[in-house]
Amino acid sequence: MASLTPPASTRKSRIEAALLAELSPSHLSVIDDSERHRGHGGWREGGETHYAVEVVSAIFEGKSRLARQRLVMGALKAEFDSGLHALSVSARAPGE
Amino acid sequence: MADIKSFIDNEVKSNDIVLFMKGTPDFPQCGFSGQVVQILSYLGVPFKGINVLENPELRDGIKTYSNWPTLPQLYVKGEFVGGCDIVREMFQKQELQAHLKEAGIAVNEAAAE
Repeated sequence: MASLTPPASTRKSRIEAALLAELSPSHLSVIDDSERHRGHGGWREGGETHYAVEVVSAIFEGKSRLARQRLVMGALKAEFDSGLHALSVSARAPGE
Repeated sequence: MADIKSFIDNEVKSNDIVLFMKGTPDFPQCGFSGQVVQILSYLGVPFKGINVLENPELRDGIKTYSNWPTLPQLYVKGEFVGGCDIVREMFQKQELQAHLKEAGIAVNEAAAE
């Protein structure tokens, strides 16, 4: 009998879903950088620890870098709580 | 935990520039921490590096204190500036240099121009 269990979600897909839902980005790119940090602090077998995201959203207009990055990290709190270790963030408003 | 909070509070308020980092300024143990050390060294500003790897309570405590989930974390005059991405962007746009000068901290002029 075929299993009805859905495939396990990857952290990349969860990050994408959370940022799409919370920031309505006009551009979104999520890169799993974990392999590049193999052996570094925080890295672990299986990866899913180091990510780089690029977000363009009108939500960022008029907001400081700190405020923008707090919005991105806030949307990903569940991931940080479950082993996301490092996140490189580029957060821009359209036209920047 | 209250002890850690007052320890952090005291450090950021009694030092002009504090970098909470992994490893030490001479021997960073994380590329992101190392980048911020390089920028501060290039600007020629004195700073206190605090190695969070020496104390798990501090490693968690600083994240709570700043409400910021990653390291490194840079404080200038008691105020949280940001992590590696923000510090690097500010540096590239000369904003970090301006921010430090406004805070009354002398920046290596060759680096500030």
